[in-house]
Formats: sequence, C-alpha cells, structure tokens
Amino acid sequence: MNLTDKFKANPALLWSGVALIACALAVLPFVLAMAGTTWVRVTNLAILFTLLALGLNIVVGFAGLLDLGYIAFYGVGAYTYALLASPQFNIHLPFWIILPIGALAACVFGVLLGAPTLKLRGDYLAIVTLGFGEIVRIFFNNLSQPVNITNGPQGISRIDPFSIGGFSFNQSDIIFGLNFSGPVKYYYLLLLVLIMVIVINLRLEDSRIGRAWQAIREDEVAAQAMGINTTRVKLLAFAMGASFGGVAGGMFAAIQGFISPESFVLVESVMVLSMVVLGGMGNIWGVIVGALLLSFVPELLRHTVEPLQRSLFGRSLIDPEVVRMLLFGLALMLMMLFRPAGLWPSKVRKRELTEE
Amino acid sequence: MDIFLQQIINGLTLGSVYAIVALGYTMVYGIIQLINFAHGEVVMIGAMVAFTVIGWLAANTALPPLAIVLIGTIAAIPVCVAVGYALEVFAYRRLRHAPRLAPLITAIGASIVLQQIAMMIWSRNPLAFPQIIPNTVYAVGGATITLVQLAIIITSVAMMIGLTLVVYRTRLGVAMRAASQNAPIAGLMGVNVNGVIAATFMIGAALAAVAGVMVGTYYGIAHYTMGALLGLKAFCAAVLGGIGNLAGAMLGGMLLGIVEALGAGYIGDFTNNVFGSNYQDVFAFLVLIAVLVFRPSGLLGERIGERA
Amino acid sequence: MNPLLEVQSVGKSFGGVEALCDVSLTIARGEIYGLIGPNGAGKTTFFNVLSGVYRADRGSFRFNDAPLNVRAPHEVAAAGIARTFQNIRLFGNMSALENVMVGRHVRTGAGIFGAVLRNAATRAEERAIHERAWALLEYVGLTARGNDIAHSLPYGDQRRLEIARALATDPLLLALDEPAAGMNATETATLRSLLERIRADGTTILLIEHDMKLVMGLCDRVAVLDYGRRIAEGAPAAIREDAAVIEAYLGGTLA
Repeated sequence: MNLTDKFKANPALLWSGVALIACALAVLPFVLAMAGTTWVRVTNLAILFTLLALGLNIVVGFAGLLDLGYIAFYGVGAYTYALLASPQFNIHLPFWIILPIGALAACVFGVLLGAPTLKLRGDYLAIVTLGFGEIVRIFFNNLSQPVNITNGPQGISRIDPFSIGGFSFNQSDIIFGLNFSGPVKYYYLLLLVLIMVIVINLRLEDSRIGRAWQAIREDEVAAQAMGINTTRVKLLAFAMGASFGGVAGGMFAAIQGFISPESFVLVESVMVLSMVVLGGMGNIWGVIVGALLLSFVPELLRHTVEPLQRSLFGRSLIDPEVVRMLLFGLALMLMMLFRPAGLWPSKVRKRELTEE
Repeated sequence: MDIFLQQIINGLTLGSVYAIVALGYTMVYGIIQLINFAHGEVVMIGAMVAFTVIGWLAANTALPPLAIVLIGTIAAIPVCVAVGYALEVFAYRRLRHAPRLAPLITAIGASIVLQQIAMMIWSRNPLAFPQIIPNTVYAVGGATITLVQLAIIITSVAMMIGLTLVVYRTRLGVAMRAASQNAPIAGLMGVNVNGVIAATFMIGAALAAVAGVMVGTYYGIAHYTMGALLGLKAFCAAVLGGIGNLAGAMLGGMLLGIVEALGAGYIGDFTNNVFGSNYQDVFAFLVLIAVLVFRPSGLLGERIGERA
Repeated sequence: MNPLLEVQSVGKSFGGVEALCDVSLTIARGEIYGLIGPNGAGKTTFFNVLSGVYRADRGSFRFNDAPLNVRAPHEVAAAGIARTFQNIRLFGNMSALENVMVGRHVRTGAGIFGAVLRNAATRAEERAIHERAWALLEYVGLTARGNDIAHSLPYGDQRRLEIARALATDPLLLALDEPAAGMNATETATLRSLLERIRADGTTILLIEHDMKLVMGLCDRVAVLDYGRRIAEGAPAAIREDAAVIEAYLGGTLA
C-alpha cells in the first residue's frame, strides 16, 4: 500500500495523523452532546458493536470459521455481569472482577461448543453455531423456573453501572470545568477498550497463531502436514472470539442497566456478521469501518427518512426498523455477490475470495 | 388419555411438515451441495399468500372449506416457485463455484430481505386462519386425531410418493440424479444443468408452499417470522436423515417431529419439572449437534463430515 | 544399517480394494530411498498412510528408534516426518516467506498470550522464525522471491518452495511425492542438486517419483510397488535387472 510506504518514509506524517485522529476522538463526545446525548449513546453502542465485530473477525476473518451464533457469547457475558451486579441475587461485585469472569464464562461456552464441532465442514459448523445461539437464548428466556435465575422474558433490570471507588459511570461529574455526563464517561472507557482490542487483533494477526489460522483457511490438509493441530488452533480462535464477545456483553449490561433475551436473538448475530462481511473479512480496519457504517447509517436513516416521509406523505410509510434490516440483508447479499472481499478487504482475503 | 400415543400423533403431524420442507433442502443439497438457508422463508411466503387468498374467499364466497383451502394452496404454489427460482438465479447462481461460505452468507441476507418484504406486505401482525374447517376429532386408541392433523399427514405422504415418482420415473428425475452424481459430466451428456438446478429449486419451493399452508393451518396463524425456525428445524431433519438423500429427509422429518413431541411431553417428568415444554425448540438443535458429531452422514446418507 | 524408518506389514483397503498389502520396508539414516511403481500401485496411498492422512488397517511403523503411532498428520510432522504433495499444496495467497514461516509452527511455541503481550521471548522467537525462513529460502534458491505470493511463482519455484516449507519443520525424514512431475530438464537438474545437498546436510529422503532417470541416478536404494505389494527392493542397478519389475512395467520404460 502506498500509504504505508509514505508513512514509513515520513514518520512525522504518521504521528501527526495519529495525533489529529486522537484529538478528534477526544472532543467527539462533546460535539455529539451538542446534538443531543442520544448521539453519544448511539456512538457508545456503535463502539460496542465494533468490539463485537472485531471479536467475530477473529473467528470468521482470521480462522475462516463461520459462526452464526456469536451473539450467544455476548449474551453470556451480559448475563454474567447482570447476575453478579444487580438486585437479582443481591450480589454487587465490582466490574473489574466480573468482566474477566464474563470473558471466562463466554470462553468456556466457546470451547464447549467448539470442541466437538470444529472438525465439521464450514457450512455445517455455521448451522450448528446458529443452533447453539438459539439454545442459549431459549435458556435465557426460560430459566426463570423453577428457580428464577434469568427472570425470563422480562429480563434483568437495575444492573449496577461501572464504578471505581466513588466515581460512578452513570452520573455526571464536573471535571476541569467540563460536564462529563454518564454516556460521555462510558464513551472514553469504550474507546480505551476498543483501542486495546484493536491492538490485540493486530498482534494476533501477525503472530505464529495468526499465520496458522491463515494457513488453515488456505489449505487445511497442507496445514496439518506442516504440524499444525488444526482442531486446537481453531478452538483457540473460537475461544478468543467468545471471550471478546463476553467482555462486550458485560459492558453492554452495565451501560444499558437492563438486559433481556430480546437483545440476543439471531438477527443480532447476523448484524455483527454483516459488519464483518461488509468491511472485508480479516481486515481489522475494514471491519471497524463496516461496524461503524452499519451502526450509524440506520440511526441516520431513522432521523432523516422518518421525518422526510412524514413531511412528504403525512405519515410513515416504511418503518425505519425495516430499512435497517433490509440494509443488513442487502449488505450481505450484494457484498457476497459483487464484492466478496468486502469494502476494504485484507490483501490476502481479496486474493482468496476472488479466485476460483 | 394415552399421552404417549397422543404425542406420537402430534409428532407425526409436525414431522410431516418438517419432512416436506426438509425435502427442499435435501434436493438442492444433493445437486449443488448448497444449504439453501432461505428455504424456510419460502415456506413463510407460501403460508402468507395462501392465508390471504383463503381469508378473502372465506369472507366473500360460499365455497366449501376444502375448495377454499385448495384454491389458496394453488395460488401460493406459483408465488413460491417464483421466489425459489429468483433465489437460485439472483442469490446463488453466481456463487456456484465460490467458497462454500459465500452462498451461505447470501442466503442469510436473502432470508432477511424476504422477511422484511413480507412484513411490509402483510404487516407485523399474524394472519389468522378463518374458522372454516370443522373441528372434527377422531378417537385413535386412547388418543385423538383432528381432521387437520389427518389431512396434513395424508397430504404429506401423498407428496412424498409423488416426488419419489418424479425423481425415479421421469426424464427430469433422471437428469436430476445425473446432475447430482456429476454435474459437469451430466452437462456433457446433454443435460441442461442450469435448467435442472432451477427445476430442483422450483420443485422444492412448490413443496414449501404446501408445507406453509399445512403448518399455518395447524397452528391457525401465519406470521412473517414463522419461516426461520421452521426452516432450521427442517434442515436439522434433513441432516438427521442424511442430507442429499430423499428417503432420509422423509425419515428425518418424521423422527424429528416425534422426538420434539415426546421431548416436550416428557421433559417435565424426567427433570422433575426443572425444564418444561417451553424447551421444545431445543431438541431439534440438540439432535442436529448430536448427529453431526456422532454420525455426520445421518441415518441414511453418505459421509459429509470431512471438509471437501 | 542404522534404520530411521521401519515399516512393518502395512495394509490398507478402500472398500474391497486392497491399496496396500503387507508392505514392509526399512529406510536407513542418511539415504535417499526411492519408491516407484506403475500408476495406481499404491505409492501415494503409502504416503498418505505414513503421514497420517489415512489410517493403516494393519501393520506398524517404527521411526527414530521409537514406535510411531500414526494418528493425525500434525503428530507425524511433530515426530519429524515432513512431506510435500503430488499436486502442490502451498498456502497460495500467502507470500513465499510466510509459507516457510508456517513450516516453523511445529518447532515453535508462542501461543495467544505471547502473541498479545509480545514479550521478549515471543519477539526473539519471531525473529528466529524470520531468519530461519529467509535462510531456507536462500537454501532452495528463492531469496529473490521471498515476498512474492506463492501461487504467482513459476511451477519449478513452487516445488522448491514446498520443499523449503517442509524443511522448516526440521524433519529427520523428508518425504517427497513426485517432486519432478511436470518439470523441464533444467528444473529437474536443479532439483536433483538440491536433493543431494539436503541429503548431504543430514536429512534422509523418501522419494516417490516417475522420472526414472532421476530415481536411478539419485537413490541409494529403491523399492517397487505393484498392486499394493512390494515386489522388489534393492540398489538401482539390481532393480533395473529385476524380472518382476520389468514385468510390472510391461517390458519396461526403465532407463
């Protein structure tokens, strides 16, 4: 890529670019807050979905395993957090203890699902993961009897927000004369986690394990002949992806303060997959762009299409929710048909998906 | 009342529907090794179209109930066939030689698009089946079977026989079997492979239309989301029987229906009421996972566990 | 003789067809051992059984003075047997260098945590992998092609890249499945000198090959398979005279 070469030739250019982006990201929530706190919340959700997409990217993009039940891991993380930090059982552990527990729980589920199924051919694996996602949701929905664990379809509410000492993430604080509202605080926290996840992704890609994933994607038989224990390495991808989902789920529970099985339906898995596919499987920056696009565009549509319809026709003809879903569906179809490597494909994936 | 027999009857009813839908999956898989993930939505479209026609006829004419249901079904078939054909041409044909995951992803996209279109046409609310079929109940042993259940089972069996005759007794059937053995060679032998594949999709879609009417009539409602879970379970049934194998799909469907019904009927007793019948939907997936892990070839099929 | 690989009465059937029947052979350390036979004689099946792609129905293997329990291909590679494929199987969309780096997988150990934390040990390991991969590319004469995408390489280079990738696993036995297939005379000559160098540097070679000139000129000993049975074994000169072998080749294309 030219850009990389340019940066290599001129590190000052790179660093000034990074500084510029950092400043923009730092002031972003205050700019958004001017348009309404809603937009800060929308941004937070967008970052949360970017986290999920990056987690799924490890499974789908790096290791080439199609996981259609990914949202289940998100759900496991969310419920772990909710059960350990809410009036449901009257347990209130601090978030920095629960998040790792949630990641671990999701990881365990990932291994439990992956261990017996990862030798299956790709399309079967996809369907099995889909079934797994549904099973987990059905359990969330029904584990209210005979012992009330998940509170069934009503979900769990009054979940504790993140807090460290007296500093709580759901109240406003005035710091340096600036008003940091709850969503703004979460924004910075999410941004921090996002940066960490991006770094982890980049490092995984360029590592011994990352190369093994790529080799498996390219030719599983040859990869085995080179001494790669394919089942184990795939399981690693599954477990990693699941852990990311678990962390994102925990943050989701804390930020929303309320969760219910509704948030962990198949459509959500498909949405995250759309983000990965739209951006270009395997390419970290592409996946981020895909996740942000599919998070913001529906929101923008909600705020433009809806009023436009009302002013033109006097009523809402097409539900913005429908537009959102159509967008996901069409994104998946059209991308696979016409740009299978995504809007911003990784170099390798582009070669892989356009051949044959 | 004999609960066991009753659950068998209920299971056979639902199993017949699964079997008919599973045939659609298995035929397409047999020829192009593709999981037509959007097949469940074709079933949904069939139910919606039929219910619209049936609702209108019931309200505006004095035709006998059987005629109304038949006309509704006949109206649904061409619509489903068109949808099935469109899926093949627009969503899958370009990807026939692409990596396996590509058509699966388009299929998911297509099923979401179909659902949303159905929602725009028929709204979020379910369509209700008009009260036109007499609620006749027959006693069988210690259990009962309703007229609708009986009709569903008989229709399904008739369609299975019909399909078997098509596949083993007609030129089209020979072409289908040839294409499933080796499509390029079949093409060299003068079989119009694209035509055969399209025909397979269309036959599957026609079966799906009837399945849609059956399942809708059984539950009394049709809804734009009804296809997803039904399609998934039918796929499980196809895998259980051995995907690509017609008899396997029939057997798998019936078995899955019975497993589900018995599971739902007895899970409470077996688990001391820790789990109840609301876990019914779990069984299909457990069966699927168990089959794929322990006997990936299904009951009657060839081996599919290896990565091709 | 100091044996590296001892194969004891190995058999393998597919359905009713016996692809391998009671095949025994012994490969000594440091030799180039040829395995020849008409098409369909079971050479590739033997390869696949040895490398764990298929499981033998009968028989046993002894490798490097220990029983070799062939369960999965990756374990065979770990034990020290590396193979190439008849129809080249490179990681087509990775660079030549990356292909060889993947070959180091089995001799290195960095896991998820190493990858994420990039601690000193992991960085050192990565550096070593890099250096070793470049060294192997140089060894097979592909230094200039290191950053090229594997499937864009010319045919002969792909063959040599596959050998470099196999060598990256530090094998005691390098098993080559028709490495000269489809090569022109110049490429075959380059291959031949490469194989001689590999042997000279201490790696034992098992060679399946159709190019009789190459086999007869290169191998220390040769075994002949026909219809899944070993019909002869010995020095190239003896094999050339062997009646059963000539019979198997129908009057013989043996040079």
